[in-house]
Amino acid sequence: MKEMFADLSAQVKLCFLNDDRWKMLVKGLGATLQITAVALLIGIVLGIIVAAVRSSYDKNKETMKAHGGIGYVLLSIANAICKLYLTIIRGTPTVVQLLIFYFIIFAKMSDGVPVAMICFGINSGAYVAEIFRSGIMSTDNGQFEAGRSLGFSYIQTMRYIVIPQAFKTVLPTLCNEFIVLIKETSIAGYVGIMDLTKAGDLIRGRTFSAFLPLLTVAAIYLILVVLLTWLVGKLERRLRKNER
Amino acid sequence: MSDNVLLEIKGLKKHYRNGTIKALNGIDCTIKQGEVVVIIGPSGCGKSTFLRSLNLLELPTEGEILFEGIEITDPKIDINRHRQKIGMVFQQFNLFHNLNILDNITLAPIKLLKKPKAQAEQEAMQLLERVGLADRAAVYPSQLSGGQKQRIAIVRALAMKPDVMLFDEPTSALDPEMVGEVLDVMKELAQSGMTMVVVTHEMGFAREVGTRVLFMKDGTIMEEGDPHTFFDAPKTEHARNFLAKVL
Repeated sequence: MKEMFADLSAQVKLCFLNDDRWKMLVKGLGATLQITAVALLIGIVLGIIVAAVRSSYDKNKETMKAHGGIGYVLLSIANAICKLYLTIIRGTPTVVQLLIFYFIIFAKMSDGVPVAMICFGINSGAYVAEIFRSGIMSTDNGQFEAGRSLGFSYIQTMRYIVIPQAFKTVLPTLCNEFIVLIKETSIAGYVGIMDLTKAGDLIRGRTFSAFLPLLTVAAIYLILVVLLTWLVGKLERRLRKNER
Repeated sequence: MSDNVLLEIKGLKKHYRNGTIKALNGIDCTIKQGEVVVIIGPSGCGKSTFLRSLNLLELPTEGEILFEGIEITDPKIDINRHRQKIGMVFQQFNLFHNLNILDNITLAPIKLLKKPKAQAEQEAMQLLERVGLADRAAVYPSQLSGGQKQRIAIVRALAMKPDVMLFDEPTSALDPEMVGEVLDVMKELAQSGMTMVVVTHEMGFAREVGTRVLFMKDGTIMEEGDPHTFFDAPKTEHARNFLAKVL
């Protein structure tokens, strides 16, 4: 027993304390959190825009077609662009996208962090868009018609009635997407970013000890995800309280 | 009843799937202020489609609808402004799930008519009192019975002070014991002089409250007349058959 503790404390000293290696983990965690936060923001904004275009097109195409005009043409083009975006992003691996962003599109940029933020944001946006769209399309059409019958415009009906309900419906799925995003940033090491995973792996390489660094990294991800799940669960309960 | 024409429908047609399904086959009809027009007919005859065309929830394939003298089927007009004056009550109530009762009623007056919140709420409370539901102002729709929801839905439409009210089978989704409370509100509304167009299966209501009955079949108005004449001595074979089944 005593030996085990002695061994463990030696390992801790080797992996985290020598050369201030724990600072690498802190720095890596910082990069992971930064990339996730900005990507989340980009993803939500992109997702809302794409979902708005796609669901507006689906809901209004018949009316607009009958009335004709430039609005219908513009919306059709925007819808086609959005569909292309979804197809490409969802049809290729995230690692490949990250490599393309870093080595081709932003080849002149040496710092990988902003590139990763943009790449993960654009990637996440595609999934978030479909999540929002499913929420909008699954909201009972009667809610929409009731809004329109009172005299609300399409946009007002969306804003006051459909989207608040859709948001509540998609919150668990949205939370799931955020969890995936946090963990997906662990591939940032591919383009030379020292994120949390890379930091752990570097310590492993320098100390020739895999056990502690990698398990610590896993534990930190786990804590992040549990924390996020708890926060979203709290928000969900607050939103649901209205209904009962 | 005055002679003011409120709604004028000319040659209204609604086809689906490139004309393979003809829901409405040329409807001509005039609705005057103060009338209570009851639309009846077998299911699938187009009565709901006709009603929903009146505020353009269904876009007509052909024909014109004039509301207060303005052609609302013209693509260039702002339909949202005219819908403010056309109240609608749905079979499935369609109260906004995300808002409590008071907000359900005041949302449109505040956002569209730009009424001050306090005034909108005061008017909403008066309307709620009229239908006996003032104590439910703070609850959410899921906490109400079907009959209560439908009375609230009527109030929500009334809060916009519409010139005409459309009812799309307002009692069809209700448990039998709740039909009466909704019909009572509608009856009181009719007596107050509101112009109403009602699609319903409640023949008692049609006979007692209606000022005119439209009998529809296969997307056309087959017979129309004052309720007593229609129910006591229907002219067409189809109407006789239909009444024999429902009465």
